[in-house]
Amino acid sequence: MNQMSNARALKTPSAADMELIKKFLDDTTLFLGPDPEIMQNHDLMPRSRDEDAAITAFNDVHSIAKIRDRIQSGCDEGYEMVEQMGAAPGAKWGDVITGVYSASGDLAIASAGGVLIFSALVHHPIKFIIKNWLNDPTVGVREGDGFIHNDSRYGNVHNTDQSMILPIFHEGKLVCWVASTVHEGENGAIEPGGMPSMAESPSDEGLKMSPFKVVENYQIKRDILTFLQNSVREPKLQYEDMKVKLFACLRIKQRIEETLNTDGPEALISTLRLTMENVRAEVKRRVSEWPDMTVRTYIIQDSTLRENCVVKINCKLTKTGDRLIFDFRGSSPEFTNRATNTIVAGLKGMLAQVFLCYVWPDLPRGQAAFAPIEVITDPHSIVNCSYDAPNSQSLMSIFTGFTAGQHAVAKFLYSCPEKFTKVHAPTFNMINTFIWGGVSQHGETLGNLCADLNGMGAGAVVDRDGEHALAPIFATMADIGEQELNEEEVPFLQLVSKKMTRDAIAPGKYRGGQGYTMMVATKDSSQWGFMTTCQGAKIPPLQGLFGGYACGCYPLSKVQGVDVYDILINEPEKFRHSIEEIMNERPFDGASYTTHHMGMGFEISRRGELFMISQGAGAGYGDLLEREPANVIKDIEEGLMSSEVAERLYKVKFDSATLAINFEATAQARAEERKARIARSKPYAEFIKEWNKPKPPSHLQYFGCWGDDVSILYMGGPDVIRDADKPKPNYMQHPKDVRIAELEARLANLGALGDEKQ
Amino acid sequence: MKVPMTEYLRIDLETENWECRVCNHVVGSAKGNYKEGLLVHNRDPREIHPPIIDPDKYRFTFSPDPEWVRILEYCCPSCGTQVETEYAIPGHPPLFDMEVNLPALKAQWEARGKESEPYAGPAVTTAIGHNH
Repeated sequence: MNQMSNARALKTPSAADMELIKKFLDDTTLFLGPDPEIMQNHDLMPRSRDEDAAITAFNDVHSIAKIRDRIQSGCDEGYEMVEQMGAAPGAKWGDVITGVYSASGDLAIASAGGVLIFSALVHHPIKFIIKNWLNDPTVGVREGDGFIHNDSRYGNVHNTDQSMILPIFHEGKLVCWVASTVHEGENGAIEPGGMPSMAESPSDEGLKMSPFKVVENYQIKRDILTFLQNSVREPKLQYEDMKVKLFACLRIKQRIEETLNTDGPEALISTLRLTMENVRAEVKRRVSEWPDMTVRTYIIQDSTLRENCVVKINCKLTKTGDRLIFDFRGSSPEFTNRATNTIVAGLKGMLAQVFLCYVWPDLPRGQAAFAPIEVITDPHSIVNCSYDAPNSQSLMSIFTGFTAGQHAVAKFLYSCPEKFTKVHAPTFNMINTFIWGGVSQHGETLGNLCADLNGMGAGAVVDRDGEHALAPIFATMADIGEQELNEEEVPFLQLVSKKMTRDAIAPGKYRGGQGYTMMVATKDSSQWGFMTTCQGAKIPPLQGLFGGYACGCYPLSKVQGVDVYDILINEPEKFRHSIEEIMNERPFDGASYTTHHMGMGFEISRRGELFMISQGAGAGYGDLLEREPANVIKDIEEGLMSSEVAERLYKVKFDSATLAINFEATAQARAEERKARIARSKPYAEFIKEWNKPKPPSHLQYFGCWGDDVSILYMGGPDVIRDADKPKPNYMQHPKDVRIAELEARLANLGALGDEKQ
Repeated sequence: MKVPMTEYLRIDLETENWECRVCNHVVGSAKGNYKEGLLVHNRDPREIHPPIIDPDKYRFTFSPDPEWVRILEYCCPSCGTQVETEYAIPGHPPLFDMEVNLPALKAQWEARGKESEPYAGPAVTTAIGHNH
């Protein structure tokens, strides 16, 4: 034993040896994968010597404001260029951001419009370039270079987003970076459209572009371009949008050079740095005005998009002094072969949207607004997944994480006298839209989605209803597009579009903004299909606020074995304009009518078959018995709610023919309902005695912590667990295998398997 | 001094209690979970989110599945105002959703020096624009 210890001691390397070993390892790294040092950090880089010197030389606040506005205008100009010229549907409706980054890679100033989640995510690939390519003799960073990137494990949300990144030099010295990012859609994944829910490993997710050089002397390198085009379903789109992003960056570069010529490099560098430092300091000041408190909430995902199950997003938000800490420990373990995992930077990006879009929209857009806020997660969890886990449907986890944050933040803001927006119930958070792909009526191979994902219903606020189909939670200034324009390029029609879905409500003193119905049917292609990628067909993905209710659930309905275009020509009186009527009345003879959860994998559709979904409602605010009776009647008149539901829930009494309100009877009905509430409810202590259970129910596949104990994570059943800090694989069976096993068991029970050999 | 913490609850900093803002009922100690002083009802979610398509014909109907999720409705035992809702997995212990650091809250409001009415936040107004 002693001899072994001595032998080991003799082999302990000296400091010089260690340096040599480190140099050897640095020189012979076999693979430059995503760097945890970069990917786990969302704070600003330390102030550099150049920034320090620039700030000493140039610090007049008025001049800085003037230069910041100039750079901001340049970013907005670049944004407009991408939106107007981009080929991707995402570009057209504003799923874009442009920005100027410091020489160290921090996003200092971003375009005012577009998808602000990018503001917290594109700095990672730039930092990767700085760390690995800047001094690499085989790559280098020179004037005229441009870098491309899409692999979310190196930064960004999901692989459907592509960035073009340009270094900006002044007199031979790197002074900053500019970048443009677009949701491009198609990326050559296992399913068309760029967000495959069928992906069971990162290898199913299409293009995996770590940051690399694709532009030299401001020209796109044709050989690399051809490789990228050859890897996706829309080669022309790939080329066009790379050019559009490059030219948007060049326009911003032009505006920066104008500033450099008039004010000099110190002015630019100082403006970028002080903008970030000042925003960061202001965020800490604003947080300090909130009450010191811990708020707990959770949001439930009801599927992995492949199967229904219960997936917990657990959130504890603690504010102490000027520190704000999001603790997501206790959330579900990562799924080894399901695509709903997210890298932690994606979660942080969406949490930044809570603040940039809904709490402090007055702050300059950039990375600094979320920089001082802390985030804690379990390793290998659904909100901080590993390199080996697929994440092409990370939206499911970053959006439910966003809602947990939005719900918790509202409880801090109510009592705070200093407000920059009104207290807000959660906005709807799922991308209820159709993703599509195939060969168009023009013979083009396409893969993308309808912009209706941007029509999420807004949550109610403290003194008014939520707005219908207002905006996506990741961009307050986006568009739902013109469907008629879209139909010139794709071989299907939205036969019903933008009609509010009656009774799909989120009640409250102020109700949530409602969602609208979409019915699509393929018309001019025999090679065309759809997919949907949302949760919330069994459990609402929201919570209500202060006594208000969340939204209901939103399934997918299909009518197959029919050509509705023939019906519209020959028997138009049979067509109906709501899901409710079509599914309940079944007006098309011989057709099949079915319902499904919203995780439909890509499915080829035949001409005239109906696929029907609805956008969702934002959450309600306050006790519904306090809702003004006149507003209840208005909702009936506007087709948001049926008379029966209105009367039953809101206890408003009115004449069924004229809708005239009987105020006295309403007051009486509401007083009686308050008494009835007291009569049917139980004291808390008595209630929890029979309600609380020590483990998740056995009839549900449950993932995440149970109650407050975040040290144990359940992995599909009450007896399948892991320690939160000890990762384990978490495989799901193929849903078809599950179904086959169920059917075989039934056959076996009936003795119908016969003598089949096993 | 009384601090409005939610639409329906406030904390009396002197007595250190949660109170109902509608009927002034004392709900319970502000050191603890306000839910402990309220009444709870286990609501079938189909009653609030009605099926839009026929539940006898279809698996998914626009209603939440009552075996997968319930709505816990919390009301004031004195006036019946619905103070909070919680969409909960069956059997999941209710959350201690607002755990207030009372000494810090007292110090914060002492420094502010005056009681404030709840402030809704800034309204969005139409810009008048430039004119002569």
